[in-house]
Amino acid sequence: MIPAEFDYLAPDSLQEAIQALADGGEDAKLLAGGHSLLPLMKLRLATPALLVDLRKVPGLHGIERENGSWRIGAMTTHSELEHSEQLGVVARAAGTIADPQVRNRGTIGGSLAHGDPASDLPAVMLITEGSVTLQGPGGQRVVAANELFQDYMETAIEPTEVLTEVRFPVLEGWGFGYQKFNRRSEDWAMVAVCAVIQQTGDICEDVRVGLTHMGSVPLRATAVEEALRGQSLNAENIAKAAQEAAQGTSPPADLNASEEYKRHLARVLSRRALEEAAGLS
Amino acid sequence: MSKTVPVRLEVNGVEHQLDVEPRVLLVHALRDRLGLTGTHVGCDTSNCGACTVHLNGRAVKSCTVLAVQADGAAVTTIEGMGNEQQLHPLQEAFWNDHGLQCGYCTPGMIMAAAGLLAENPNPTESEVRHALEGNLCRCTGYHNIVKAVLDAAAVGSGVTAQPEVKA
Repeated sequence: MIPAEFDYLAPDSLQEAIQALADGGEDAKLLAGGHSLLPLMKLRLATPALLVDLRKVPGLHGIERENGSWRIGAMTTHSELEHSEQLGVVARAAGTIADPQVRNRGTIGGSLAHGDPASDLPAVMLITEGSVTLQGPGGQRVVAANELFQDYMETAIEPTEVLTEVRFPVLEGWGFGYQKFNRRSEDWAMVAVCAVIQQTGDICEDVRVGLTHMGSVPLRATAVEEALRGQSLNAENIAKAAQEAAQGTSPPADLNASEEYKRHLARVLSRRALEEAAGLS
Repeated sequence: MSKTVPVRLEVNGVEHQLDVEPRVLLVHALRDRLGLTGTHVGCDTSNCGACTVHLNGRAVKSCTVLAVQADGAAVTTIEGMGNEQQLHPLQEAFWNDHGLQCGYCTPGMIMAAAGLLAENPNPTESEVRHALEGNLCRCTGYHNIVKAVLDAAAVGSGVTAQPEVKA
């Protein structure tokens, strides 16, 4: 399968990339690793007239710690994230994306900008309470993860903006868990649950739980969080809180899983992710 | 035809200058323009891994990379791994362990395995299986493929083994 014809630019600077996007109008698309966009183009589900490749743009790569935050360049690959254990839940989730070859090409910026609710990193960004930096013709703005994902594969990114970096707080001392269910390891998640817990002794000081593929956007399981915050972190309390995981969700049914099955998965995977984050598993 | 773009590729140590349409996939540039047909097109949807090559030393699926994205990069294909006089240890091990039947997936399996061994020269069986998650084989049931990768690791994939004399 060969994509439809398109023009191609690989600008040397961010300003040129933004200008090329603006000049290209609505049929121009940014290209990062290409592992979401190229499959769509090969199936002719996407037929951009112009691809603006970010591979030569400087400054879009790398993982740095700045004070209490991680700063990750948008073109950093899943493979680089996976091998940066200090990133905690982000590294863990990145290591489950598709397969090694895909992780060697796919990027954090591309994945977040694509906004597929079945992909791993969006829900993880929700629970780290991270943000993305967008650069456009009007300058720079920062969008929090909980405002980035607006609907199925729709984000707050304007067509002329470039996602340049991802930031999230260093969750020092927080435990984390990631549980993903799929039929084959390289598949997207039927459902995945990420969790981070801050505990003192066995008391849950704070907890955040994120749900992947339980709606048209990634979700926080706030009912689970509320049920567990302040409680003792034992198997019984975690199991009870995890029962709330599907509350308020409307998961999309597909060939792999009905809505009811996905709700079941959300509850089971939430319990496992919380047990993992609390160090009980 | 949309206008062509010049692309410079170093493939198996040899420099090539090509003019390609932007929509040409790396796998097609390798096979159709450079005649390197050892890299196979299997599913063409980045699932099966038959098209795996190394791009600047990392295993990638060349059906999901545009040739223009590889401009300036070093590409290694199965043809760059060994030859009939001097097989690569992975090729030798796939032969010895019957790690193939029809052979269609084999170039991709070997390139994915080489990607693993470059990062992790002494993998466990579980690590080998995880590293080959992006490669499908419909003949062997994977058992002998995993065995071959472990045996190649034991020989040391970085050094070229002396080929055994076959009876």
